[in-house]
Amino acid sequence: MAEKKIVDACGSFCPGPLMELIVALKSSQIGDELEVLSSDKGSANDIPEWVRKVGHEYISATEADGVWHITIRKSK
Amino acid sequence: MTNSKICIVVVSGTLERLQMAAMVASVAAVSGQEVIVFLSMNALPHFVKGNSPEAQKEGDMGELMASKNVPGFNTLFEQAVELGDARIYPCSMAMDVLGFEQHGLEAYLSEATGLTKFLDDARDGQVWTF
Repeated sequence: MAEKKIVDACGSFCPGPLMELIVALKSSQIGDELEVLSSDKGSANDIPEWVRKVGHEYISATEADGVWHITIRKSK
Repeated sequence: MTNSKICIVVVSGTLERLQMAAMVASVAAVSGQEVIVFLSMNALPHFVKGNSPEAQKEGDMGELMASKNVPGFNTLFEQAVELGDARIYPCSMAMDVLGFEQHGLEAYLSEATGLTKFLDDARDGQVWTF
């Protein structure tokens, strides 16, 4: 059963949110969704780029009140 | 996709350069690239176990980073090793000059190595210097 996890990396700066996502991915199963919360705009650009590069599924990125919500699915 | 090897030489002990080197090493390592880091000169004392991670700042950016929640360069180097394919080598010449022993350095560092081996490893990679 796929889970949805929140990775709250607000307050950190690049590449902190990416590293927090990767730590969370290690303990996730294929098919799980992970939503990174980041107040760092650079990470909002960089995380989707990383996700495409390494081959996970990028779902969406939205911003609300200065917090980026970047959602991905673990694919491998 | 062919991932090229990234070889990073860190000689500076200033926060900005240590941070930039750690950012390149960690992001490259978690992106599937092989990373080799060679620590020498003023950079090496920052990897002695128990030493304060505080480093001299070159300018305003260093002061700002120190006042914000930027991931520490030590943490990023350690994550490069633990989460990716990175190896971090202390320079054996700097070890000798500074009187350091391997067991006194952070545990995530590999065995001290000399330039001959590093140059051999770097032959087929990009070399980045900080």
